[in-house]
Order: sequence, then C-alpha cells, then structure tokens
Amino acid sequence: MTVTAKQPARARQGSTGLRQEGPPGLGGRRSRAFFGIIAWIVGILFVLPILWMLLTSFHSEENAATNPPSIAAPLTLQGYREFFSSGPWPPLLNSLTASVISTIIVLLLAFPAAYALSIRPVKRWSDVMFFFLSTKMLPMVAALLPIYLFAQSVSFLDNIWLLIIVYTTMNLPIAVWMLRSFLIEVPIEMLEAAQIDGAGLARTLRSVVAPVITPGLAAAALICFIFSWNELLFARVLTGTRAETAPVFLTGFVTSQGLFLAKVCAASIVVSLPVLAAGFGAQDKLVQGLSLGAVK
Amino acid sequence: MRGRLRTALVIATAVGCVAGLSACAGWGGGASAGGQGSINVLMVNNPQMIDLQKLTPKYFTKKTGIQVNFTVLPENDVRDKISQEFSSQAGLYDVATLSNFEIPIYAKAGWMAPMDGYLAKDKAFDQKDIFPALRQALSADGKVYGEPFYGESSFLMYRKDILKSKGVTMPAHPTWQQVADIAAKVDKAKPGMAGICLRGQPGWGQIFAPLTTVVNTFGGTWFSKDWQAKVDGPGFTKATKFYVDLVRKHGERGAAQAGFTECLNDLIQGHVAMWYDATSAAGSLEAKTSPVRGKIGYAPAPVVKTKSSGWLYSWAWAIQEASTHKDASWKFISWASSKEYERLVGKEVGWSSVPAGKRESTYKNKNYLKVASAFANPTVKAIRGARPNDPGVQPRPAPGIQFVDIPEFPALGTQVSQYVSSAIAGQMSVSEALRRGQALADDVAETYRTREEK
Repeated sequence: MTVTAKQPARARQGSTGLRQEGPPGLGGRRSRAFFGIIAWIVGILFVLPILWMLLTSFHSEENAATNPPSIAAPLTLQGYREFFSSGPWPPLLNSLTASVISTIIVLLLAFPAAYALSIRPVKRWSDVMFFFLSTKMLPMVAALLPIYLFAQSVSFLDNIWLLIIVYTTMNLPIAVWMLRSFLIEVPIEMLEAAQIDGAGLARTLRSVVAPVITPGLAAAALICFIFSWNELLFARVLTGTRAETAPVFLTGFVTSQGLFLAKVCAASIVVSLPVLAAGFGAQDKLVQGLSLGAVK
Repeated sequence: MRGRLRTALVIATAVGCVAGLSACAGWGGGASAGGQGSINVLMVNNPQMIDLQKLTPKYFTKKTGIQVNFTVLPENDVRDKISQEFSSQAGLYDVATLSNFEIPIYAKAGWMAPMDGYLAKDKAFDQKDIFPALRQALSADGKVYGEPFYGESSFLMYRKDILKSKGVTMPAHPTWQQVADIAAKVDKAKPGMAGICLRGQPGWGQIFAPLTTVVNTFGGTWFSKDWQAKVDGPGFTKATKFYVDLVRKHGERGAAQAGFTECLNDLIQGHVAMWYDATSAAGSLEAKTSPVRGKIGYAPAPVVKTKSSGWLYSWAWAIQEASTHKDASWKFISWASSKEYERLVGKEVGWSSVPAGKRESTYKNKNYLKVASAFANPTVKAIRGARPNDPGVQPRPAPGIQFVDIPEFPALGTQVSQYVSSAIAGQMSVSEALRRGQALADDVAETYRTREEK
C-alpha cells in the first residue's frame, strides 16, 4: 500500500520537473497527463490483487472457488469467523513480539553504527560498509541448517528470542545502510554548533541528530518491521507450537483436501493489517524520508 | 536529568508491554519445557485433523488433563518439517501424522517409538478392529509404529444422472477400456463438461498416485524384484500412453495442473462426469452443502490385468523416539484413533465427516451407514482388496501400491512426474518422458543393486 501511496507523489515530482525544464504549454500538459495515466495504471495494478483478496475473503468457500469467478456472490463473514475461531492470537502476538523487539534492537545498534560510518567515519569505513553488505549476499537459506542444528543443541528451538536474534541480524545491515545515507546529509556545521554549545556526543545524537533524521529512522524501522513480520522460511523451521508466528499460522489454512480460498483470504487480510496500519501511520514520514532525503 | 528519566521510563514501559503481551503467547525455554501434562502434535491440515483440533480441548484435555498443542501445516510443508524433526530427533514434537509411505522407512531408521507395549495394556483400543491391510502397512519388523487416523483407497466416482442421460451403465467391475469408452460418450454431455478428471499435476503424491495404480494393473512396475528399472518397459509405457491419451482427449481443462483439489472442484461444479481418485473424496461430494449430493455413483478402481487396483493410503499417528512424553502421547493417540472418537465426530460434526476407513466396526455402525450408504461399501471393499506387498503382476523389491516404499521415491517420482505432466500438456511425447524417467530410475536402482551385491 505504501508503494501505491508513493506513486502519485513521485509522478507529481516528475511532472513538476518537466514543467520547469521543458517549454510551457501543450507538451508539458501532455506529458503530465501521460505520467498521470501511468501512475494510475501502476496504482491500480498494485491494488487490484488486494481488492480481489478482500472481496474473496467475504465470499463463501463454494463461491470463492468457482470458475469463472462469481464476483456478485452474496457476502458473508464466514471466513473471518473461522479464522478467529482457530486461535490466531498466540501466533499474532508472537509475530508482534519478534518484529517489535527486533526492530527496537536494530535501531539501537544501527544508529550509532551509522554515525561511526558517516559523521565521524572510522578508519576504512568503506570496507566496513562493504562487510555489512556482504552479509546480505549469502543466501539466507544457507544459514538455515547451521542455525537449526545449533539451536537444537542448546535447546533454543521454538523460542521467540531465537527469532528476535535472527531477525535482528538479518535487518541490521539494511538499517545501517539506510541510516548512513540519511546521516551523511546532516550538515557538519550543525554538529559543530552543538559542540560549541557544550553538548556531549550522547546529547548531540539525541537532541540534534535524531530529530533531523526522524524520517530516516521511521523508514528504517518500518522496513525492519515489515521484513520481520512477513518472514516465513526461518519461522517455519525454527518454531514449533509455542513460538509459531503469524505467517506460519497462515500457511496452515492451505489444504490439499477441501476448499480454503475464502478462509486464506480472510486470514491474509487480518495478518496484513498491522503492516498496513504501520505503513499508513508512518506515511508522512516515509514519503519525506524516502523521496526527499533527510535535510532538504 | 528529568527528561532522560522520562525517556527511560517510556522505553521500559514499551518493552514491558510487549513482553507482557507475549508472555500470554507462551514463549519460553527449550524443547524440554512444558510438563508431563502437555504434548506437542504436528499434523497435516486436512479437514478431519481440523475437526480433531477443535474437539480436543473439550473432550480430551478436560477428561485427561493432558494439554495438546497443535501445529497444522499443508501436506508438503508438514512432510518437510516432520522429516527435519524426526531425522534430527529434535524432540520438539511428541506425536506427528505420518503416512504409510514414511512409517516403514522411519521405523528402520529408529526414529519412532514402537506401540506394542501400549497396545498390550490398552485393550479398549481394540487393535484387531483395524483393517489388516493397514495394520500391515503401518508396521515394520513385526512391531507396530503407527495407528491410523483415517484410511483410504481409490475408486471411480461418476455422475449417475449424466451416464443415464447418455444411456450408459457403469459395469460393476469396470476395466480401464470400458471407462475410456464411457468417458468418450459422456464427454460434452453438458456444455463445458469433460468426460473424466484424472490428476495431471506434477508430484509423486499427485499424478503418480493414480497413474502408478494404472501402471500396476496394465502389468507395469517401477522396478523388478532384482532392482532393474522398468519405467520404459512395455507395461509402464502402455499404461502411461493410455492415461495421457485419455486425459488429453476426454479429460478436464488445465489437466497438467489439476490435482486432488482441482478435480474435486470440477466434479462438484459439474465440469466433469467421472473422476478416479481417493475414496476420502466421497465425504466432500456427499456433504450437506454439495450440489452433487446423491447424484454420484461409486465403482471399484478400474482394472486390466489384476483383480483389483485401488491404492492404500493412511494418515497415521506416530510417536517420536526422542519424545519425553510417550505415555501421554499414547493416551492421545488411543483417543484420536478410537471408536469412541468416531462416534463423537458423528454426533458433534456430522457422520459424513467421520475419519473412517480404518476400523471394521465403523462399517457396522447404523448411524454412519445411513449417511455414507452410497460409498461406505465400495470404500471398505477397496481397502480390504488393497495388497500393498503384491499390487501388480510381478514380484516387487519394496512394498507400496501407488508408490515404491524407498526414501528415494519422492525425488524420483516428482522428477518423472514433471515429464509426464509435460506430456499431458503436449510439450513432450510419452516415450520421451519415460525414456528420461528410465535414466533417473536406473540411477536409483543401481544403488540398490550395488548394496545387495555387497
């Protein structure tokens, strides 16, 4: 959803740019209309599957499975009733725990790290950046078996803290890279002024740097939250009955015997809601953060 | 100073809230946590299992005090997770649903606990009531390793009204040629209706479940007794050609992607007139909401050279060797596979949803027969007639009707099924598909030949 929300903003920006540079009149208006139409098409393409899912979630199983699809079939809450009667709260809370705690830890670690790589760069900072990036080059699945065997030998399987650690390590490089790109744009003069006023490092970070890069922090936090909320591969292998997360629980509705489309759509809608809510909540900050940069 | 304190308080409260919330979710220590009074069960999410999950707290936990925590996953996912769990003996789960394909293999590997000790003490369970074919398929080296939750064979389902409208009668014991002739006659009996639905979706458990039973009755086999691959042999080729021709000429739309679920939908929605598949499908066809309820006839699995050709499949409970709650696990299994549980489902959910196909006594229950009269008899005959150790015309090196019970079969079957599925889609000839399949099967056979020579 955030993608679609972003699209018109970008298109507007593009058309504004053209209008300023190109000759005024017909050509500008035409290209503006052209970009407008493209933006609408892309937006609709992105939203259509979600609307389809929403509609299907309100159909009965029989109507959801027909071919050709029956769009005007009567609406029912049956899918949602079945989802909520199957005990979805423990997995949802597990997902929330893993996502929120790992995001907080990631931000707490990534912020100082990014500071040390941009404003006061450590020696050979570019090597360090590359090292962070290189950890994302390894296919995640390659780490799965060692982690599983290690967790088994230390009796750490089916424990939500294992997922918190895994998600923190997965998202840390991304957050460091994102925050660094915001921090690099903080004018050095601001920091010098703070120093002259007698602010220590902690005070500078908290009272001068943090407010300036709030959009960056929001964007990084949202990305980390979405990635951990949606993660399936590790959660499926490393959890059991107690630490099961929402995506794993969601796959349980897909069955090879009998109909399940309406139920799965209802479940997917509910499981997507927290991410959508977080996206909408951070929308202003995000558009600022992702499209404008930190301090412009 | 004050500001700092406030920030610290806010953070502490936020962390506290999340921790408090998740404490309700019950995360905690390692695999050994959770007392004697609780067991963890990993199972496939078929409708019968979902009913069990709903009935357990009220009817099992309340009586025994044993808390049952379930993980339910789709079939392929559950197989992955079970093999990972059992091969590493992680001990995270006490009980899992395994099929008669895995049980003999896992038993040999020593990953499961035998149940004979419990069976000797638990007379009420009545092990003799379980169908002999299933008892045999779920045992290894004379020990019982699995208790069936439900069992199934395969048979032919057909629309009585459509056949009648075309003046066709289904023989009591049809041959595949007769079925092909009927499929041609009822094809397009109504607009958009195909003659027959046969699985074409790749996967050893998809297309090769029905196709291997066709191969068996046409006189073919995957392997000969002395481990020679026979995938491009005359029986296998003739059967596959017949199957592919039939589904291409008179089969469902999108056959190369159709599995159990797609065929079930097709028959329910009137897109096909016949379907050869699992006996357990009848429960859905005769359910109260089904538009084809009462319109379906059931005939034994079609044959050519053998007397019967139906497969044998069962989802069964097994106890992991590494489990530390074996006694509680047996109590759960003994309840879930009992006669009493079948009666409970009949009363609470409906008699057509009973996890049947495992006990002789089910087919003497008047309440069940009243609802299941159309398919109960054909089902019980099909399961009794299944011969997992002698399914074809020649001796076999490993048991199994719709599969070969060796650990390599899922990979082999799935690869070959992709070629056969391509043949159904018209992208490859059957001979080419089987030529490639033969090469793969020969690799597997060779490892067994060298092992036996040693």
